[in-house]
Amino acid sequence: MKLAYWMYAGPAHIGTLRIASSFKNVHAIMHAPLGDDYFNVMRSMLSRERNFTPVTTSVVDRNVLARGSQEKVVDNITRKDAEEHPDLIVLTPTCTSSILQEDLHNFVERAQLEAKGDVMLADVNHYRYNELQAADRTLQQIVQYYIEKARKRGELPTEKTAKPSVNIIGVSTLGFHNNHDVTELKRLMTDLGIQVNTVIPEGASVHELKTMPQAWFNLIPYRELGLTTAKYLEEEFGTPYVDITPMGVVETARCIRKIQQVINAQGAEVDYEDFINEQTLHVSQAAWFSRSIDCQNLTGKKAVVFGDNTHAAALTKILSREMGIHVVWAGTYCKYDADWFREQVSEYCDEVLITDDHGEIGDAIARVEPSAIFGTQMERHVGKRLDIPCGVIAAPIHVQNFPIGYKPFMGYEGTNQITDLIYNSFTLGMEDHLLEIFGGHDTKEVITKGISAESGLNWTKDGQAELNKIPGFVRGKVKRNTEKFARERGFKDISAEVLYAAKESVGA
Amino acid sequence: MTVAQQPEALNFECETGNYHTFCPISCVAWLYQKIEDSFFLVIGTKTCGYFLQNAMGVMIFAEPRYAMAELEEGDISAQLNDYEELKRLCEQIKRDRNPSVIVWIGTCTTEIIKTDLEGLAPKLEADLGIPIVVARANGLDYAFTQGEDTVLAAMAHRCPEKSPVSETEKVERNAIQKLMNFGKKKEDIAQDESEYVDHPPLVLFGSLPDPVVTQLTLELKKQGIKVSGWLPAKRFTELPVIEEGYYVAGVNPFLSRTATTLMRRRKCKLIGAPFPIGPDGTRAWIEKICSVFGITPQGLDEREAQIWAGVEDYVKLIRGKSVFLMGDNLLEISMARFLIRCGMTVQEIGIPYMDKRYQAAELALLEKTCQEMNSPLPTIMEKPDNYNQLQRIYELKPDLVITGMAHANPLEARGINTKWSVEFTFAQIHGFGNARDVLELVTRPLRRNNNLKDLGWDKLVREEAKI
Repeated sequence: MKLAYWMYAGPAHIGTLRIASSFKNVHAIMHAPLGDDYFNVMRSMLSRERNFTPVTTSVVDRNVLARGSQEKVVDNITRKDAEEHPDLIVLTPTCTSSILQEDLHNFVERAQLEAKGDVMLADVNHYRYNELQAADRTLQQIVQYYIEKARKRGELPTEKTAKPSVNIIGVSTLGFHNNHDVTELKRLMTDLGIQVNTVIPEGASVHELKTMPQAWFNLIPYRELGLTTAKYLEEEFGTPYVDITPMGVVETARCIRKIQQVINAQGAEVDYEDFINEQTLHVSQAAWFSRSIDCQNLTGKKAVVFGDNTHAAALTKILSREMGIHVVWAGTYCKYDADWFREQVSEYCDEVLITDDHGEIGDAIARVEPSAIFGTQMERHVGKRLDIPCGVIAAPIHVQNFPIGYKPFMGYEGTNQITDLIYNSFTLGMEDHLLEIFGGHDTKEVITKGISAESGLNWTKDGQAELNKIPGFVRGKVKRNTEKFARERGFKDISAEVLYAAKESVGA
Repeated sequence: MTVAQQPEALNFECETGNYHTFCPISCVAWLYQKIEDSFFLVIGTKTCGYFLQNAMGVMIFAEPRYAMAELEEGDISAQLNDYEELKRLCEQIKRDRNPSVIVWIGTCTTEIIKTDLEGLAPKLEADLGIPIVVARANGLDYAFTQGEDTVLAAMAHRCPEKSPVSETEKVERNAIQKLMNFGKKKEDIAQDESEYVDHPPLVLFGSLPDPVVTQLTLELKKQGIKVSGWLPAKRFTELPVIEEGYYVAGVNPFLSRTATTLMRRRKCKLIGAPFPIGPDGTRAWIEKICSVFGITPQGLDEREAQIWAGVEDYVKLIRGKSVFLMGDNLLEISMARFLIRCGMTVQEIGIPYMDKRYQAAELALLEKTCQEMNSPLPTIMEKPDNYNQLQRIYELKPDLVITGMAHANPLEARGINTKWSVEFTFAQIHGFGNARDVLELVTRPLRRNNNLKDLGWDKLVREEAKI
């Protein structure tokens, strides 16, 4: 048993559900107790989805405990198949079904006999994998399923496309700024003269999957999601993959050069150096920003970075290599992939922190006292407590991290967005500090704090106690309204009763 | 009263139970805030933790007095000893937070692997010197607010049996605090006693925000009724005395287990009343309590009329409109009854679980309200099926759907007004003074529409050809 208050990566089934609901016309059925469908709330609220989240539950209740699911799971699958006609139904195990050890494989096979769509069991063990690992595995599983299916039917196109083309793998629902990143990546590919063959899983149909071998290469923008699929496609079809995250000026250039190398090896004969040069110097403002006086002022300032592998590694490199900021420590909660992270960031920070214990991270922040933090929502709150500004760079995230405006982290527009994020975090901290030194803008003393200081009214003990229960930010208003009410009615003493009578009279 | 309507009864149906609701462990979110000296330990998996972390939103950053005891593979396969593991964690909690009670929340996992929490707790309690209360608030058996019911039912066993005056040896624990409280109580009693009618002690049950507790207590005080205690109190150490023969009354419709426990185990008399939600409900609640104590209620007519007059601007917005409650928090019967009184037509009342005995008075009031308002009797759909409900919603086109967050945005995108049901659990909705707050929530989508009408942006989903 482990005492835990906060987790960075969710349980395995969340990863599976993220993949399933990213695809078009794929339905997930969770084998879970009532209340485990919280994923639907998150998707509906955070990413402000207009459509119903295609996830339902085959409810595990007392009867299931006593007698097993029997027909229930099969019925639920065939029912959903008839109602919504999904292309694929993914039966999703949860922590509960892991211990029940029912033969879900058997249910899937039985349901498949009746269902018109495909049915599969997500192969993830709750106690072995977290959300990110499960998502990576499920994506590979689905891709493999449809490749093999097409192969069996002899429908697998093996010819490469005439022009260089790419599969962008790993864009998913509830991913940090994924929808903006994918727009930017598609634009980048268009600029490079590369056709986008498929983008998976977000918005893709499972019928597209069999065309994946037609691409010249696969692009894996996120370290956490898609690598297993890319390796599978490399094994099966020899399709090379580029797994350099195009985040930050230097890394974007590196990614493009790698793409150049990969497609030239297949006879493309492209040279992207001029493009990189033009974008770096004139489209992205990040390179110019590095030279500007603003950035000079950031030189040697202390920062700490924490997040998932992709974002924490990229931000660490940007801060240190592109802006001259002193990254005291950089950390990740992807413990299962810690070696990669260490190798990526070691030369760009003093210390590497691998943990998923938010207490340890909080302590490490307090110890270092950086001028700015780049982390998840949890680090933002640590920053609030310690009065240190924080830029949010990775999940776990809140609804404000699903902006409507165009805010990619990748590609050349991404470098602009990241520059703003970094610079704004630091100046805010600086302003705050100056205000403190010089005692604020307004040095005159405040003459009146409120109109109620000499009201001639007496708050009784219970009245005062009730007043104190009212949240601080409205207490003044409530106090004034109540006193006004009491004065109008000629009450001398204000008790709890008077307070609530006043509340009723103003209707608020 | 007798309307030219056939005396048809309420129609109860039951569907598949395939609906969205919160897991009952969510009750820790409001109970740890209510019971200030408690610590809630949820013994479950990452799934439970993930739910709480996301459902509690910003609260999670405020160093809440709750934590997960996250079960690992070794716990599931019994390679680790439950008792030793729990002892280690509880010792840490005692060291870091020093609570007056640790509440263990049993989950689906502890049910399936049959962890004997009830058996382990007394042993550990003796070892540790802190009371441990066990509540099995799991998704196998319960929905959302029923979580509070399981916790309060467990707490009911911990209420002192006799007033502390006669039992001096029990004062040992937290002696100083008790002493101070005692002093305070004595002063209050001396002041107030004359204002009350002589009636047997009354204890109310149900967790409400402190301001609402004060409001309802004052409301009864106006009738000369004294509230001897409240389950739960602000602190675990202040749990009310419950002696055999005391009267108890519930303030929320989801507290059937607590009511049963108080009746059967503590030998209390339950006052079965409608719940004080809406001015009509509050009035009926007070009247019922008065009638049990043989008191003639004073000034309730004027009070209720005054509240209705005060909210007329809101009632005007919803009068004649239809509402569909999908059902997820068990407040549905009371909400529907109040909304019918406001002049709405209720098309369906979905509800996770329907205790016809505990809610009898509320159901009777619902029926009576329908007759008086000349409104058709709605169907009460226990364990609803959300998919079927959506089909009925498309067909009925209600003016308002009260539903969970999973369906709210998709329905809005299809031009159907929604109100997020969970807000009713967290807002202050009880008593005369909060009627306006309920209507504020109910009318919000309609007021929003008044602001946005004429823009022609009702349906915001692309219709894709169905195969």
